[in-house]
Amino acid sequence: MSAIAAQLQHRTGRAVLDALAAVGRFAQLVAEMGRGLAEWRIWLPRTRDECWSIGVGSLFIVLLISSFAGAVTALQAGYQFTGNIPIYVVGSLVTESIVLELGPVLVGLVLAGRIGARYAAELGTMRVTEQIDALESLGRAPSSHLLVPRVMACLIMIPMLVIIADVVGVAAGWLAAKQALPISDQDFAYGARVYWRPFDAYYSVIKGFFFAGAIGLISCYRGFTTKQGAEGVGRATTGAVVTISVVILLLDTLLAKLLLN
Amino acid sequence: MIEIKQLAKRFGAQVILDGVDLTVQEGETMALLGPSGTGKSVLLKHIIGLIRPDAGEVIVDGQNVATLGRKELSALRSTIGYVFQNGALFDSMNVYENIRLGLTKPEEFGNKEIAEARVAECLRLVNLVPETLKKMPAELSGGMKKRVGIARAIAGRPKYLLYDEPTSGLDPVNSDIIDALIKRLDTELGVTSIMVTHDVRGAFRTADRIALLTAGKVVAVGTPAEFRESKVPEVRAFLERDFDNEPL
Repeated sequence: MSAIAAQLQHRTGRAVLDALAAVGRFAQLVAEMGRGLAEWRIWLPRTRDECWSIGVGSLFIVLLISSFAGAVTALQAGYQFTGNIPIYVVGSLVTESIVLELGPVLVGLVLAGRIGARYAAELGTMRVTEQIDALESLGRAPSSHLLVPRVMACLIMIPMLVIIADVVGVAAGWLAAKQALPISDQDFAYGARVYWRPFDAYYSVIKGFFFAGAIGLISCYRGFTTKQGAEGVGRATTGAVVTISVVILLLDTLLAKLLLN
Repeated sequence: MIEIKQLAKRFGAQVILDGVDLTVQEGETMALLGPSGTGKSVLLKHIIGLIRPDAGEVIVDGQNVATLGRKELSALRSTIGYVFQNGALFDSMNVYENIRLGLTKPEEFGNKEIAEARVAECLRLVNLVPETLKKMPAELSGGMKKRVGIARAIAGRPKYLLYDEPTSGLDPVNSDIIDALIKRLDTELGVTSIMVTHDVRGAFRTADRIALLTAGKVVAVGTPAEFRESKVPEVRAFLERDFDNEPL
């Protein structure tokens, strides 16, 4: 029994040490990126390319999911709100659901797969094929060449995609409500305005900004610290997507608690 | 000059280098032989500061590599060209952009005309035709990748060249071409080179001195002639196994 307890203690201790080491490596990488910011001549043009890739490349999937999210929210609201609940509440529900929750969270989760997986796989492959070592051997900093442009592009483009998702989601919800429910444009617009606070829009963008940071930093960290060949790249990629998704959900809860009270 | 003193490195429980001592003189070509997995590449990466030692020192031009700050290390790296085992070419860039990244002086890297001229010169030095410049690494053969890797390493006019298994994975004809290229570059550029390899024939053909690394230690160092006559058991075992009584 004591042997099992000792083994359990040993494993727990090892897991704690591994977790602390990972936190240390992550902090080191972030500090390295901070130093890389000074080399703006290097990261600025690469950031522009990455912004184009993230923005244009992700636009279709963002439009798709936000349209469906808006339409489904409107239809489900119409299904549930029967009897004494005024129909204009559909406008309130669609607008608030999309702007406060569905827009940023769905965009964050989808881009965790699209961008997070891509960055982790790209950097992981560069690590295991010694391309990152090659960059360092040429006296060039991987942070300013590889990491800063990716994180900056996420921080610039993902909040913009969230704004697009919010607008398109509400518009799609409006159209779907008009088609399927006995609601006029005036009712929907009244409902949308009645519980609306300007802070709601800021809150949505703030969430997008935090999710962007999670996507950029975690995917770069997982890719940059990849080990053990193709298997390691696979592990880094799936690990990045899972970690980003969990962190997005945690941030979602935390930001709601901090900013909406 | 490169001096390696009592260098030790372990990964987890596995001891890779266990007190390596080695000195490479200015202008010489040193071949570092040894079976696969004995830490030859790890040793090479210590010289350029890609791996930090657990103990011991690597002194390049009087500077202890492990204690250098970011700027000093970056400056030192600009004097060293590193040829990676599989080329390590940036697969999102074409051959021109890959070689251009080897230009370590900002005035060369930032000036289009100077950069183009230097890249073309490096391509000529490794016997590749100008049409190669627009190709992506995925379109190159193994031998061409190695040569582009060498061109990138020499683009910054380094004082030292480190080759990590420059002929591994190549057929004998291409291996001979790369060996001849290394010999010619060492003569033409006057660089100090360390070539990590397990290709004994190539080492004898190109090196001024040869060292044998086994079980984490350098067990023998000498000229090809001295090495051939060595009575060290590890050297005899290595030569007999690899040459199979072929005349050296």
